[in-house]
Amino acid sequence: MADEQHMNSRRDALKTMFRGAGLLGLGGAVWGTTAVKLKASDVVLRPPGAINEKNFIKACIRCGICVEACPYETLKLATIDDHTAIGTPYFKPRDIPCYMCPDVPCLPVCPSGALDVKTIAKQVNELLTDTPDINRAQMGVAVIDQEACLAFWGIQCDACYRACPLLGEAITLEYTRNERTGKYAFLKPVVHRDICTGCGLCEHACVTEKAAIFVLPHKIATGKVGAHYIKGWDKADEKRLKNLKENNIKESSPEDELNDWEYLLEDD
Amino acid sequence: MTGNTCLRMTNIIKRNRYLILRRTTQLGLLILFGGANWWGWKFLMGNYSSAYVLESFYLADPHAVLQTFAAGFVMSADAIIGGVIVLVFYALIAGRSFCSWVCPINMVTDLATWMRKKWKLTKKESFFTFSRKTRFWVLGLGILLSPIVGVAAFEVINPITILHRGIIFGFGMGWAVIVALFLFDLLLVEYGWCGHLCPLGAFYSGVSRFSLIKVKHDVEKCTMCMKCFGVCHEEQVLHIVGKKSGFIKDECSNCGRCIEICDDNSLKFSIYNYKI
Repeated sequence: MADEQHMNSRRDALKTMFRGAGLLGLGGAVWGTTAVKLKASDVVLRPPGAINEKNFIKACIRCGICVEACPYETLKLATIDDHTAIGTPYFKPRDIPCYMCPDVPCLPVCPSGALDVKTIAKQVNELLTDTPDINRAQMGVAVIDQEACLAFWGIQCDACYRACPLLGEAITLEYTRNERTGKYAFLKPVVHRDICTGCGLCEHACVTEKAAIFVLPHKIATGKVGAHYIKGWDKADEKRLKNLKENNIKESSPEDELNDWEYLLEDD
Repeated sequence: MTGNTCLRMTNIIKRNRYLILRRTTQLGLLILFGGANWWGWKFLMGNYSSAYVLESFYLADPHAVLQTFAAGFVMSADAIIGGVIVLVFYALIAGRSFCSWVCPINMVTDLATWMRKKWKLTKKESFFTFSRKTRFWVLGLGILLSPIVGVAAFEVINPITILHRGIIFGFGMGWAVIVALFLFDLLLVEYGWCGHLCPLGAFYSGVSRFSLIKVKHDVEKCTMCMKCFGVCHEEQVLHIVGKKSGFIKDECSNCGRCIEICDDNSLKFSIYNYKI
């Protein structure tokens, strides 16, 4: 009798244990998948000095002090409606762009390290200082829809070019002949992605109904040549390839490894 | 005012003195935080996740810092030190007071509880019941999930932060989460969120075992009227009442309702005596 009771209680204990583990698994699975979905945030622009998106999502404590430090009310905290991790700061340049304050007030107040001065530190004699240089910010990169851009129609509009805080550097105007009219050249805006900070003043200034120039995160707006092509006429590009090889040596797949032409590089 | 109504008013205030104080701190903090965003005040910038106090130092939610650490990111010194300050304050001094003196969700769930009492919904009218220990599992699961999903797992669904961020910075559809939580407490489970599920409450309960400020019970004065059991949100912590003198421990959030309701003066705030 006593034995039977003992067995029963042990069976009950096991049952309770398995049920508890099951419930924990259920909760964990639902919670985990929700969390993964909720943190997805590819098409969102972060404040200047933000560390890479994957770490930013982890690091940001969602306090909004950067939002309050911004004098232009550029930054907003994501709500449940926005397509990014809830509570993290972002901005929409068409509404309010980043005016690129020289002292970057949103950055030093960040307590968590999600905004890190190291990412945009001012360089003096090739040495990094601990003051931010807003011109080194990489919030995103401006992209032009040539079909909607008036300058590509032949109408003279240089709104984005004039609005750019890095005038003549991040956006330049390319003069080409207008065959249709035979007079008045095209003045086509060209974005230089290494210089563009993604502040969005161009997007804000664009005169078309929906902006023909707009800022996208680097990850989405930029392509990547990879190791298969090289500017043979450019020493700097050869260096790029070398760096690429050194950095990617572990993660490259067998197909990517040692192509026929690589011995050419080793001659250098 | 006649002397009679005056006396009654004084009595009401005395009966709700801690409630009034709690609502004052809760709303006061919200206004200070809100003022920073709405009117540019510099007293208390940010929100309850992390606050920039008088533009001189930071406070941070230690639970959020811990989750972030679990997710694989070590925060800057500002947030870590801020987290330690808050942790030490609650763990060594104030106990689980965050829940009933600071947390804005407390006002939502208290409203649900108040309406339950008005409508005379008893515990039996809960749709289902589950253990009050569940919150400790939620706490553990949140820490465990953080490295798996690569983000502070509770922070992406945290209704507390949805509420205060909503009030300070704008809700979006976030208010629906708060309505859901309110209805959960009102219709499904008595004390459902704060008393059963919230991992932050579990966190502060867990660390505040030796906090200084605790409610002290004097069994000599107790007449066993059981009124304190009627108002307490964490009944299980009152297990010593009427049996022996001592300190109320565990999940007690120092709300002080039991002290106000007690006609016998057998419960009062006191400094924890480590020898007992």
